[in-house]
Amino acid sequence: MEHFDPLFRRESGRMVAVLTRVFGVHNLALAEDVVQDAFCRALEVWPFRGMPDDPSAWLMTTAKHRALDVLRRERTVRNFAPELSHLLDSEWTLVPTLDQAFVSPAIQDDLLRMMFSCCHPRLKEEAQVALVLHILCGFSVGEIAGAFVASHAAIEKRLTRAKKVLAESHRLFDVTRADEFSARLPAVHRALYLLFNEGYHGASPESAVRAELCGEAMRLAALLRDHPLGATPASHALSALMCLHAARLPARVDTAGELHSLFEQDRSRWDRALIAEGQRLLDLSATGPDLTEYHLEAAIAWVHATASRTEDTNWERIVSLYDMLLATRPSPVVALNRAIAVAERDGPAEGLREIRSIPDLERLASYPFFPAAVGELEIRMGRPAAAREHFETALRLARSPMERRFLEQRMAACKLNETQVIP
Amino acid sequence: MNQYLFLYRGAERPTSPQDAQQVMQKWITWLEDLSKKGHLQDRGLPLEPTGKVVTGTQRTITDGPFAEAKDIVGGFSIVQAEDLAHAAELSKGCPVFERNGYVEVRPIMKM
Repeated sequence: MEHFDPLFRRESGRMVAVLTRVFGVHNLALAEDVVQDAFCRALEVWPFRGMPDDPSAWLMTTAKHRALDVLRRERTVRNFAPELSHLLDSEWTLVPTLDQAFVSPAIQDDLLRMMFSCCHPRLKEEAQVALVLHILCGFSVGEIAGAFVASHAAIEKRLTRAKKVLAESHRLFDVTRADEFSARLPAVHRALYLLFNEGYHGASPESAVRAELCGEAMRLAALLRDHPLGATPASHALSALMCLHAARLPARVDTAGELHSLFEQDRSRWDRALIAEGQRLLDLSATGPDLTEYHLEAAIAWVHATASRTEDTNWERIVSLYDMLLATRPSPVVALNRAIAVAERDGPAEGLREIRSIPDLERLASYPFFPAAVGELEIRMGRPAAAREHFETALRLARSPMERRFLEQRMAACKLNETQVIP
Repeated sequence: MNQYLFLYRGAERPTSPQDAQQVMQKWITWLEDLSKKGHLQDRGLPLEPTGKVVTGTQRTITDGPFAEAKDIVGGFSIVQAEDLAHAAELSKGCPVFERNGYVEVRPIMKM
């Protein structure tokens, strides 16, 4: 896979964040226009003049000059950021104010401000994630729709509404207020977690897109950890779980684009550096009394990461971590994963019993890995015919060619077993 | 070898940062490729989309380029080619086509 440095996407987030701070959150659309202009300019100039030595600085300077034009032209007819308006009104202070806004530490704060603003309590989680991806990660409507396997119209509607809420919030989130910061932090964690999950488990058939979503979530989580108020145990745990999962990505989808379950992954392909980083962050997260769902998920990923073979996994420990996770954040998917761990510990019959006792099992009706998990256990029960039926159900629910191929292979395994049981 | 002017006209704005970056990369690659093959005499220059038009015996000055948005010249290059057909062929790899733009190929008169 060719590595593509998403320079423009990254710079888009930085520029929109700074410009929204200067223009005011109600002028988000204007900020986006200016950023679009900066990219157009790059597109027109760079092919002829060559790439600048520092493309990021070039884009920032271009955006700044464009912002100065806009401010000079429109300051009499338009309200900009109220907290800066007195500085923007006078030619004496205008340029120094903009110069200050466009320096690196200020931009880091602006990104964080925007991240918290996007996680507005009036917005649903899915809208928050879309907004983060659009504003901070520079994804277009079409690109988000592609990544989430949703319709263009649905994402457009979601974003338009979300931007309206953001624009009506009057002020960007104040990241210097410790009480407000910690009150909104869980929502930010959740949005970043969902963003990562969309990349890791999501439906996009392109593994490059999914890896990029994971990468973006990790980048934003690191940004959060860099802020004194953001460097909490939960933030570290969230980053740890991202690292420990991302470490498995190279083995989860192989070079041929085939999906491999945790049980059959080539563990030598796990990224050791990410595992080490995950461990470091997990250690950092183990301070204070908080034991969040991120701590528990990271701990589960850690147990997997330290087992060199599936059969060496400490399933006892995994089951007990899932027990705690279920108590913290009950969900049928967590319950299903727990049942799979129980099957590893106590055998497939116990696993199937656990699955049948999951409350709100119907919520897993469209999740292909639910019937697939049952199918796996049926194979191990020596009932290949039953297993086949479950895999057929799973196949009907598959969301991408990759999932389909994976499930077809599992069905082929049923056939193999069928011939094996016939004497 | 003869000289030809490529006028890049009417490209639409990119739809996303990623899109802009990819198109930009294609431009750089395309011009570099022309250059490596010895066809690029002058990489040329980009043009601002704004300007003035001066017309008539009265030299009346009006705003903006003469062309409509879909025909505005965004830049130009000078290439070397065997003949006009060859020059037109060389223009086919230009990324302007992906943005609904077009290339006007004009032979430069020999003195």
